[in-house]
Amino acid sequence: MMADTVHTAETTAREYDIVIVGGGPAGLAAAAAAKRAGNDSILILERDHELGGILNQCIHNGFGLHTFKEELTGPEYAWRFIQQVYDLGIEYKLNTMVMDISEDRVVTAMNREDGMFQIRAKAVILAMGCRERPRGALNIPGYRPAGIFSAGTAQRLVNMEGYMPGKEVVILGSGDIGLIMARRMTLEGAKVKVVAELMPYSGGLKRNIVQCLDDFGIPLKLSHTVVDIEGKEHITAVTIAEVGPDRRPVPGTEERYTCDTLLLSCGLIPENELSKAAGVELSPVTSGPVVNESLETSIPGVFACGNVLHVHDLVDYVSEEAARAGENAVKYIQGLGEAQNEGAADPAAEARRITLIAKQGVRYTVPSTIDPEKMDDLLTVRFRVGDVYKDSYVSVYFDDERVSHMKKRIIAPGEMEQVILQKSKLTGAGIRNITIMIEKE
Amino acid sequence: MEKRELTCIGCPMGCLVTVEMEGQEVLSVSGNTCKKGEIYARKEVVDPTRIVTSTVRIEGGDKPRLSVKTKSDVPKNRIHDVMEEINRCVVTAPVHIGDVVIENAAGTGVPVIATRNVEAVLG
Repeated sequence: MMADTVHTAETTAREYDIVIVGGGPAGLAAAAAAKRAGNDSILILERDHELGGILNQCIHNGFGLHTFKEELTGPEYAWRFIQQVYDLGIEYKLNTMVMDISEDRVVTAMNREDGMFQIRAKAVILAMGCRERPRGALNIPGYRPAGIFSAGTAQRLVNMEGYMPGKEVVILGSGDIGLIMARRMTLEGAKVKVVAELMPYSGGLKRNIVQCLDDFGIPLKLSHTVVDIEGKEHITAVTIAEVGPDRRPVPGTEERYTCDTLLLSCGLIPENELSKAAGVELSPVTSGPVVNESLETSIPGVFACGNVLHVHDLVDYVSEEAARAGENAVKYIQGLGEAQNEGAADPAAEARRITLIAKQGVRYTVPSTIDPEKMDDLLTVRFRVGDVYKDSYVSVYFDDERVSHMKKRIIAPGEMEQVILQKSKLTGAGIRNITIMIEKE
Repeated sequence: MEKRELTCIGCPMGCLVTVEMEGQEVLSVSGNTCKKGEIYARKEVVDPTRIVTSTVRIEGGDKPRLSVKTKSDVPKNRIHDVMEEINRCVVTAPVHIGDVVIENAAGTGVPVIATRNVEAVLG
């Protein structure tokens, strides 16, 4: 297949304009956009044996409605972008693990063919995605038997390897992957007994609750958690209990479920070990890099996009964001010739910088700062809320002046929200802060 | 008059749609933000359908499973029958995206098609 011919090109080259870490949806879209923006020196480094990332195991449909105006499955969506990367002749290396990214953008990676190698890049795009919160990070009491999987591990076993982890399933956490796996395991003949969610609301998309749980009569128990796991060799039962407002189990509410499988779908964490080691400033809220309007991190020339930046609900938004990161990386490289971009911070740019403030229900914003001179004509600011808000307003303040007040029937933590800022309203206006918050009226 | 509240699944927005019904007749649909919502709600209360996605065994390929989907939606109460037929199905590589794997899934008239490429492994 054409894949092999492309990826063997120029394996000895040690300098690229743009190195993209990760060949999932973010990396693929960033690469395609950078190439279309005129850059011919792009290399994608992917640790798996194929491009496409986690989409390859997400065989359910619902991807791509915004991007392609049709509903695709994960592998189909990935394939559209993999094809673009092939057609554009973008280089990539598979089975390649990036070990280190230095502050001056030297990428150290290794694979079986090249051994350990280094690439000096003018720009680096971080597109490593995220990973699931493991049991060790959840403080679940009880034994540690076999049969406990993250929902994504189970998804890979069922959809790619063709193995069923078990027949009687309890799911802790109502993240999207957990909901999708509740349906998937049910369709494959397992009995999914209950989905327990610690929070009083689900972290998953509404449509997944409808299609994956309600359709099959699987109960969703909000404000519940696992308080005991039984079984020495293999899991035999779990006990779940209701939790109070302090999220501690309420004595007397325990219910025991016999099961041979416990799936965990308790949140995703951007995978930023490489970013951290490089010295990229991370947000304590998102666990992803703090970025400006160009999706550039605290290290000039290092950009971030997709789930490594903040966990997205829709891959369409990942593709869109990643394309901007790719274009901005090309712009950054074009600007390198101009003296003021090298080295010391530009005081004029510092003076123009607008800080985005997330408060009153809004947990964070991406980006965190905006240089009105550098922003696109329209800039999408994405954010998530920390609670469920009904019939509330998303308000935007330029310093103390409220400039937007949008009514929403429902705003939930599981779904990403956005506001769009216009460059013409921000340039030369002397705005210091833009605040986004939720207001009751 | 009966009032039914649905979450639209036409797109990931998940609009809360309210349908007012009199027997099997839909009187009004509200809460949707696009036409899809109205079409979905009118259908969901009378004739619910779903796209079924799963995998089938594939022999001689570079992967052990081939992901598949029903080309269009099937009646919700036929999902189980469609799954039974999918689980009986074994195909031989190579198979490419869009290739028909089952022509008429469980008599629904809807074909099951491949959603990934699995290449043949020689030898």
